[in-house]
Amino acid sequence: MIIISLLSDFCLLIGGIFTLTGAVGLLRLPNFYTRLHAASVTESLAAPLLIIGIILDTGFTLDSAKLIIIIIIMVVSSPTITHALCRAAAHGGYAPDMQKKKQRQADNRAKEPK
Amino acid sequence: MIENLHLLINVFLLAFLVLIVFAAINTNNLFVATMLFGIFSFVTALLFLDLDAVDVAFTEAAVGAGFTTVLMLSALRLTGAFENVKHRQSVLGLFIVVLTGAALIYGTADFPRMGDPNSAVHLNLAPEFIQLTQEKIDIPNVVTAVLASFRGYDTFGETVVVFSAGVAVLLLLGMGQVEPKKEPEQNVVLRIVVKPIIALILIFGLYVQFHGDFGAGGGFQAGVIFASAFILYSLVFGESYTRKVIPAAILPRLAALGVLIYGVTGLASLLFDKPFLDYNALSSNPVSGQHTGILLVEAGVGLAVFATVLLIFYSFSGVNHNE
Amino acid sequence: MIAAAIVALLITLALTLTRAFLGPSIYDQILAVNSFGTKTVLLIVVAGHALGWFGYVDIALMYTLVNFIGTLAVMRFFEQHKPQGEQ
Repeated sequence: MIIISLLSDFCLLIGGIFTLTGAVGLLRLPNFYTRLHAASVTESLAAPLLIIGIILDTGFTLDSAKLIIIIIIMVVSSPTITHALCRAAAHGGYAPDMQKKKQRQADNRAKEPK
Repeated sequence: MIENLHLLINVFLLAFLVLIVFAAINTNNLFVATMLFGIFSFVTALLFLDLDAVDVAFTEAAVGAGFTTVLMLSALRLTGAFENVKHRQSVLGLFIVVLTGAALIYGTADFPRMGDPNSAVHLNLAPEFIQLTQEKIDIPNVVTAVLASFRGYDTFGETVVVFSAGVAVLLLLGMGQVEPKKEPEQNVVLRIVVKPIIALILIFGLYVQFHGDFGAGGGFQAGVIFASAFILYSLVFGESYTRKVIPAAILPRLAALGVLIYGVTGLASLLFDKPFLDYNALSSNPVSGQHTGILLVEAGVGLAVFATVLLIFYSFSGVNHNE
Repeated sequence: MIAAAIVALLITLALTLTRAFLGPSIYDQILAVNSFGTKTVLLIVVAGHALGWFGYVDIALMYTLVNFIGTLAVMRFFEQHKPQGEQ
């Protein structure tokens, strides 16, 4: 059917765009925690969208049921890994870069009209 | 367009392989090297999938990316985590490696092209196996038929090899005891999330075990997946609870039981006046006899592999190994 | 459109791999390797459907689980036995 095919194309397109955005964010952002945020959020959106696009293309078979299970596992496990990684980094002593923030606050305070 | 996609995927994946290996060799930190070899296994399994070798891709993913990573990380516990860097470059070593590589490439220049239907592999044995599988065994997955029935001796040997690897680790290390007061931190999110996932992995392991006749799967992959569930449990809840769930003493016996099931299935055909490991004798109808035989030997393989994998994991993560 | 998704996934894999090689701290590298694993699962699903690979769904399912276990294992072992001089 035309509308399912269009919907599948749309999901694949949006999923691809978000995956690319996440990868660019992973490469360009300055800090570990910001990169973690970029990778995790885009992945949690892009992965189900791509798989839904494939499910709409396959139709209603055993394969689509297994693909739905893959979506469920990914939606559960990706944020868990993000949480565990963030907690491990924070406990391991990897501090976010507070120097720039303090510098910016000092600059703002200096520029305030007296 | 599909040809172009094939070419594109192959080029990218092979380039990834080369880059990953260079990065893994150049780094000093062995944790990083282990992780990079894990994704090396991922990419290799993708290439196997592209070549239509599904069972091999399955096993590569389960063993190479899952179990080997965990095992090497446990081994890094016993050794240091940084590599001693030798600063002396060896010209002789480079020359020998280049020479060997050139000889190998020269030797493969005579091979037929990949997928050539007129090559010796595809003319002599492959059509016979495909036809015989349909006539005599009647299961869709030819790989399982070849592995478990036509070349059953070989698979028996492989199972014994896996068992003896477990025995070797037992002789060298022993399973030791649990590290005292080394409980992982109480991470509520992980503990809650991991419980349903462990149940899912166990069910998936059973599915792979019994589904080996129809799709990708079989005893080896199922055993590793089943053991991965317990390894995951041990990572999150701690080694002491895992040893309460599956005591260390039961594992060598389970491994031996797996090999025994395989051997007894073979011996059972001797009782009916047929050769060793001829499954036709196991039932009135030869085809259902083959089905029964394949079911039993795959169960034996799965049990042996599961017990050996878990045994090796216990050995690497225990302390106070008493000789 | 599937071809576009496959190309996007391959470029994503390349970029993620760059971060895995570069990443100044080991947490960057763990993040990049985990992300590489997830994108590989997506590549298997999309390319498996487009190119007609046989039985790709089981392998994708298992990769998701193996990726989860592998990343947890690396984090756990790194936490417990941090080498000196690494944050």
